[in-house]
Parts: sequence; structure tokens; C-alpha cells
Amino acid sequence: MKITEQEVRYVADLANLKLTEEEARRMAADLDGILTHIDKLNELDTTGVEPMAQVLYEAEETATLREDVERRTMDPQAALANAPQPGAGHFKIPKVFER
Amino acid sequence: MDIASLTIDSVRSGLNQRQFSARELAAEALRFAEAGNPRTNAYLHFCPERAIEAARTVDEKLARGEDPGPLAGVPVAVKDVILTKGVRTTCGSKLLANYIAPYDATAVIRLERAGGVILGKTNCDEFAMGSSTENSAFGPVRNPVALDRVPGGSSGGSAAVVAQGTAVASLGSDTGGSIRQPASFCGVVGVTPTYGRVSRYGLTAFASSLDHIGPFARNVRDAATLLEVIAGRDEMDSTSAFAPVPRYAEAMNGDVRGVKIGLPKEYFQGLESESGDLISRAIGALEKLGCQVREISLPATDYAIACYYIICTAEASSNLARYDGVRYTFRTAESATLADMYRNTRGEGFGAECKRRIMLGTYVLSAGYYDAYYLKAQKVRALIARDFAAAFQEVDAIVAPVSPFPAFRLGEKLDDPLQMYLSDIYTITGSLAGIPCMSVPCGATAEGLPVGMQILTRHFDEPGMFRLADAFERAGGADG
Repeated sequence: MKITEQEVRYVADLANLKLTEEEARRMAADLDGILTHIDKLNELDTTGVEPMAQVLYEAEETATLREDVERRTMDPQAALANAPQPGAGHFKIPKVFER
Repeated sequence: MDIASLTIDSVRSGLNQRQFSARELAAEALRFAEAGNPRTNAYLHFCPERAIEAARTVDEKLARGEDPGPLAGVPVAVKDVILTKGVRTTCGSKLLANYIAPYDATAVIRLERAGGVILGKTNCDEFAMGSSTENSAFGPVRNPVALDRVPGGSSGGSAAVVAQGTAVASLGSDTGGSIRQPASFCGVVGVTPTYGRVSRYGLTAFASSLDHIGPFARNVRDAATLLEVIAGRDEMDSTSAFAPVPRYAEAMNGDVRGVKIGLPKEYFQGLESESGDLISRAIGALEKLGCQVREISLPATDYAIACYYIICTAEASSNLARYDGVRYTFRTAESATLADMYRNTRGEGFGAECKRRIMLGTYVLSAGYYDAYYLKAQKVRALIARDFAAAFQEVDAIVAPVSPFPAFRLGEKLDDPLQMYLSDIYTITGSLAGIPCMSVPCGATAEGLPVGMQILTRHFDEPGMFRLADAFERAGGADG
């Protein structure tokens, strides 16, 4: 086994994702199959290979930097329009601290 | 007017000859699309007011003698992961079932500025994660060519509307094959441009280093026109390219004599025989047009799926962290604490495939595993890109299958995620390298299921790709 149900629960916690018992069991089996396939990568020697974080092509070095000037983006009303619980111009959430 | 077989050119000539106004066409196209939609479930919702308004603008420009733009009056559809201001944008997810986009994607703005008329939003796998459009929270899409089959995915709805004739063209998104594979399954043209060619502003982020917006159409010329409209630098997406957008029509001169084509031998193993035969005939047709064909090797191909499913899930787990019940419409009922609210909302809101990818992505990025998985995958990605760079020293274009098999039956691969992932083998490599690639129809199996041929070229060589695809199409495809 590449991954146990206990590890699945730990990762679900990191991901803030509630899984049912059944989902956790199924997830362990699914991830196990996928991780076993992924092990293939160890066959490849990548010594000295620079990791590729993004697609690169010929471009000037500063080509993607813009002037650092302030500008207006979305107005607060529009930003709040999809909030499940807006209030007083903010997003409301359940309480974080006990008084 | 025969709505189902309109092209950009026939819409233009109909408008010019006053056979119909843009508004009449929009109204008729909406009626036709709404009536036909229950067959396939390809549209999730329509935006008639917006469509009529866009058509009115076109009519007014025509009346004033102004240029109404290259897409004047053309009924188009947009994948529901691309934001449309004031219109529902669900990403195929229960989490966003009631989300009204607060702004337009750059591609959408450009589409309408060119005279395009958006009829509605198309169904897709939830957050574009899937290869069959069965992962939509709003039910699967049926392939209009064979209703018991999937249309491919994740942009299954965008491919299906073009195949069904309920839109002349559409926008989809591609992260690992989500435009090319459904185009192939539905028998239409689908284009994944160079990474950065089209702004991603307003495209809901799935895997940002791999996400592309691209067009579907019924012929190569229409797809090229649509790409030309939406391509180009956009300051709202810092990864969008400065490279000027060529006039693609000028490249499509039908002359492909002497074009050097490479056939990667790794792509012709594990291919179903009927699909293989159709691709072979298509290659024969290209040779007849004067192309020089030779075998090449892309040795890292075998590692692409493993590499891709680390990188895309890692990026997805970060990008999908924002759906936590605070900002985006859906929140579960009572939760005692903030942390519970996050967990419950996400547990209830995401479908099985999204959960799987969030979990895999979180796992490969978690402490102790980063080097073994994520960093390793980024290095393998560099090797895959290197393979292509080396191949393009020798050849001008690469021709390959799009999928190992034609459209499969609904439900056939749903219970085995790894099998579903493995079906992306021929499309994922081009996505990882960020090169332009497309699917162009090259015939159908004995059962009548369409098969697409994939063409891949160097970064920004969309002109070369379109020239080849257009010449192939004009010559009558594989039968030419």
C-alpha cells in the first residue's frame, strides 16, 4: 500500500475536506492505484535537469512586468454579490474565537 | 436558413445579402439551440438577453455602414468555466450553481467586440476535471453523433454544441487535452493554442501553468478566425504573450509541399486498430499533398501521465482552496466553527473527481513528499519539453492520434480513475510543453464514431499548424 486510510484522513485535514467513511476508504484505494503508476517517474534519471515551473519561450526578461501604479479593480458591492453571507460591507463567517 | 450548418462565412454573406438580420439569426439560433438541447444536455443555460443585445449592436453597425467585426452575428457558446458578467458561471459544480460572474473574461470581451453572439454556457466536467463530461454536477453530456456515448471532456458541451449545430463555434478550455479530445470524439475542429497565446483572465483557474482557452468550430478556417479574435497580449494576465497575432487566413494557402512531418513512434503503440488505420490513411493523404513524413521519437512520452497528474493536481489543490464557503455562493448550513464550515462546505460541494485531485495534489505537496513528487515531476516536464524542442529541430510539425480510442459509452470508465487518466496519453504531452496543438477530423469508424488527427507545432507556430490542417481538410481529409 502506498497510502493508508489514516494518511488519507490526515491529507483530507490538510485540504480542509470532509470525507465520509466510505469516501475515505474509496479514496485510499484510488490514490493507491494512481500513486503506484506515478512511481514510474523514478525510472527516469533527472540529475542536473532544471525543474520546469512554467512554459518558457523567447521573451525579454522584464516583458511581463508592468508599471507599479495603483488602479481600481472591482467595486466592493460586486465583490460581495456572490457572498453566502455578506454583512456591513464584509464577508461574514462563523466565529473564530470564544469570547 | 439551415442553422445547423452555418459557418462564419455563411453568416456574413447572409447578413450582407440581407437574408436575415443579426437579431433574427440570434432569435432563431436560440430557439433551435433550446429545442435541441434536451437531446445532449450540452448547454447548461442560455443568455438570450445578452445574445439579442450583442446582435442588436451588430445590426446597428451594419446599418451605419461600419465594420461589424470578423465574427459579426455568429452564434457562439462559451464553456461554463469562463466568466460572463451577469450570467451564471457554474464550472459544472454544485458549489457554484448560483454564481453570477462579476466580470467578463478577456476572451469573452474580445469575442463580443468582434461581433460574436453568445447564446449560452456549455456543460463540462466539474472545474474542467475529467475526460468525459460525466463529472458535471448537472448531468452528463451525450455525444450528438452517438447518444449512448460520451462527448469527451472536459469541454464536452462546447464540442457537442458545434457538432449538433446548436452553435457555429465555441470556446473551451484545455489543461491536458480538454479541447482536442472532445473535438476528436465529436468530429469537430478543436484548437489548443500556445500557452500564453490567449489570456486566461476570467478563466476559472484549474492548473495555472497548463490552462488554455481555445476554439471549437466546424472547419479549420472558422477555428483560426476565432483564435485570431481572442488571442494577444492582455495586461490582466501576466503570462499572456506579447508576440503579435498573425493573420492566420494568410497562412492557409493550401500549399504544404515539402513540409516535414514527424510521427512519434511512442504515439502509435496501444492505439486501437480502427483509429490507427484512420490516422494512417490521413498521413497518406498528407504525403499526397507533398509533405515529407518520417518517424521520430519522443522518449519521455511514457512518463507524461504521471508527470501531468502530479503537476495538475498540485496546482488544482491550491487553486481550489478558495472555495471555502466564504466568498463563492455555496456554504453548508450550520457549522460550529470556521474550520468546520470550510470542511463541511468543501466536503458537500465538491464532486468525487475534484476531491480526488485535491487529495492527490495536497498529498504530493505535503511535507516530506515535495521533492519526490512535485519537484521530480517538474524535472520530467522539462524532459518532455526538451523532447519536443529536439524533434522540432528536424521536423516542422508532428502528427499523432488524439485519443487511443473513439468516444466510449457513458459510464464505461467512470469507476476507474486511472484508466480515465491513461486515456489522455496523447494530448497531455503537448499541454506540458505548452506548444500549439489541434484536433482535425480524419474520418469515422465502421460504427460511425469520429476520429481526430492531432497536429502539433513549435511555440507560436499556429500559422504552420493551421496551414497543414486546412490543406488536409480542403483535400477532403483522409479520403483526399
